[in-house]
Amino acid sequence: MFVSLLVFLVIRILPGDPAALIMGTEGSREAPERLREAMGLNRPLPVQYVEWLAGALRGDLGRSIQYDVPVGELIVTRLPVTLPLALLAAAFMVSVAIPLGLYAATHHRRSGDYLAMIVSQLGISIPQFWSGLLLILFFSVTLGWVRAGGFDGWSAGVWPALRSLLLPAVALGFFQAAVLVRATRSAVLDVLREDYVRTARAKGLRERLVVVKHAFRNALIPIVTVAGLQLGQLMAGAIVLESVFALPGLGRLALGAISARDLPVVQGVALFVASSIVVINFAVDLAYGALDPRIRYE
Amino acid sequence: MASRRPLRHVTFTLGAVITLALLVTAALSVVYTPADPLAMSITGRLQGPTGVHPFGTDHFGRDVLSRVMTGAVTSIAVGVIAVGIGASVGLLLGLLSGYVGGWLDEILMRLVDAVQGFPAILSALLFTAVFSPGMLVSMTAIGIAFVPAFARLTRGSVLELREREFVVAARALGGGDARLVLRHILPNSLPPLIVQATTSFPVAILAEAALAYLGLGTQPPYPSWGLMLKEAQNFLSMNPWFAVFPGGAIALTVLGLNFLGDGLRDLLDPKTS
Repeated sequence: MFVSLLVFLVIRILPGDPAALIMGTEGSREAPERLREAMGLNRPLPVQYVEWLAGALRGDLGRSIQYDVPVGELIVTRLPVTLPLALLAAAFMVSVAIPLGLYAATHHRRSGDYLAMIVSQLGISIPQFWSGLLLILFFSVTLGWVRAGGFDGWSAGVWPALRSLLLPAVALGFFQAAVLVRATRSAVLDVLREDYVRTARAKGLRERLVVVKHAFRNALIPIVTVAGLQLGQLMAGAIVLESVFALPGLGRLALGAISARDLPVVQGVALFVASSIVVINFAVDLAYGALDPRIRYE
Repeated sequence: MASRRPLRHVTFTLGAVITLALLVTAALSVVYTPADPLAMSITGRLQGPTGVHPFGTDHFGRDVLSRVMTGAVTSIAVGVIAVGIGASVGLLLGLLSGYVGGWLDEILMRLVDAVQGFPAILSALLFTAVFSPGMLVSMTAIGIAFVPAFARLTRGSVLELREREFVVAARALGGGDARLVLRHILPNSLPPLIVQATTSFPVAILAEAALAYLGLGTQPPYPSWGLMLKEAQNFLSMNPWFAVFPGGAIALTVLGLNFLGDGLRDLLDPKTS
């Protein structure tokens, strides 16, 4: 709700007149006026907001000025790129970060721990689009294994489609994984200092069981919190990686809409991405209840 | 563990050295660069590293080293201003929220919730749809994304400090609200904010580079590391070095600032040992 108000306000309240932008500097003085009327921009802002929001709730985000089709449709056609990219990156992030974080925590202050920390420190420092560029440089320019970018769609087969998404997903996931490694490590380290872990060890439980059943299970809440935040960041990061790899996803849709001054599309994409972040956060909140039976929601 | 003396703290020292090098480079670039960062040369385009151009040249034959040096100024400027926006707005909201409390606290915190998790890139997209893209847009968009963290931190420490004996005592002595906040609460809530600012700074630099890369931030011909990478991408097969140096500059800067932030947190926060 607040997010929608934010998206709306940014576009409408800020000085700047969409109608004038669309018409450009040439053309008659009356033209923007007429367009404003046609777009409903001359009505009071609260009315516009309520109408836009009511439409958005029904899935109607307005019509694209550039393509003259509903914005919702445009977003749906771009989702098969952005969503799998974000999911692949998330899978990469979790499958790298959790084992590495666990390893670092159980080998605290040994060489493996330091190595993991150096890798994650590097990962945090390397911008996603640069690692994307380096991956292109290495795998497609030097080795010629994959194309430098582009996407033929899922109709051309699942494997070719996955192949085009693989490098961007790795570049996207690596950065986020680096953050999650640190979170996993410190969460598990905290739990390993608890009394019940000592008890578990004292009763002769195998170290593996202690770590997985006692330590990791209880460290999950902070880990899931960070992972949830990272998922939201993945959605935003996907926008950048789509540009690096020339993938026709939501990000490219929004960037193209900006150069075409297609405001409803920009607004629609921003609202969509922001809402999916809200949904992810909500899912994380619900996950707390499943992870820790002590947490109950009224 | 490391001693409390800053210079014996390895991470802090390493971070400080890299950051100092960045600042010196940026300052130097104002008065001296090996070549004019804007001077083009048709014959010397897309060269790899040579004696004359240690970092090679770009697609207009401009000296990449000089442009990377000048780009440091852009990065620092955007970083400082973005963090400044986030810190000052967040500080103000946090002070109001924590000190006044009640319905104001409720409203401000819901507002902060809404902005929380709203990525800078989305704000930048929205701003650019209305204004023309530029450094101002990226600074503001990145700054807004920082507000929630600063607001929450400030609010948290104000809530805690408000009940402490020395504040209660100052109030009993007849100190007004303004005096209580400015003289007693604010100075004591600064250390965590300073740490937050240092850790936000590299994030801002990464975000600036990403926005410039997307064409939503710094515009040509100003040298920005992100913008240089965008240009370099078209010439990857002809001159890969063009993509290596600006990216390396970003990574090294962010690494240094992260080290500095981590070190500072260790040194300032008595709870971590």
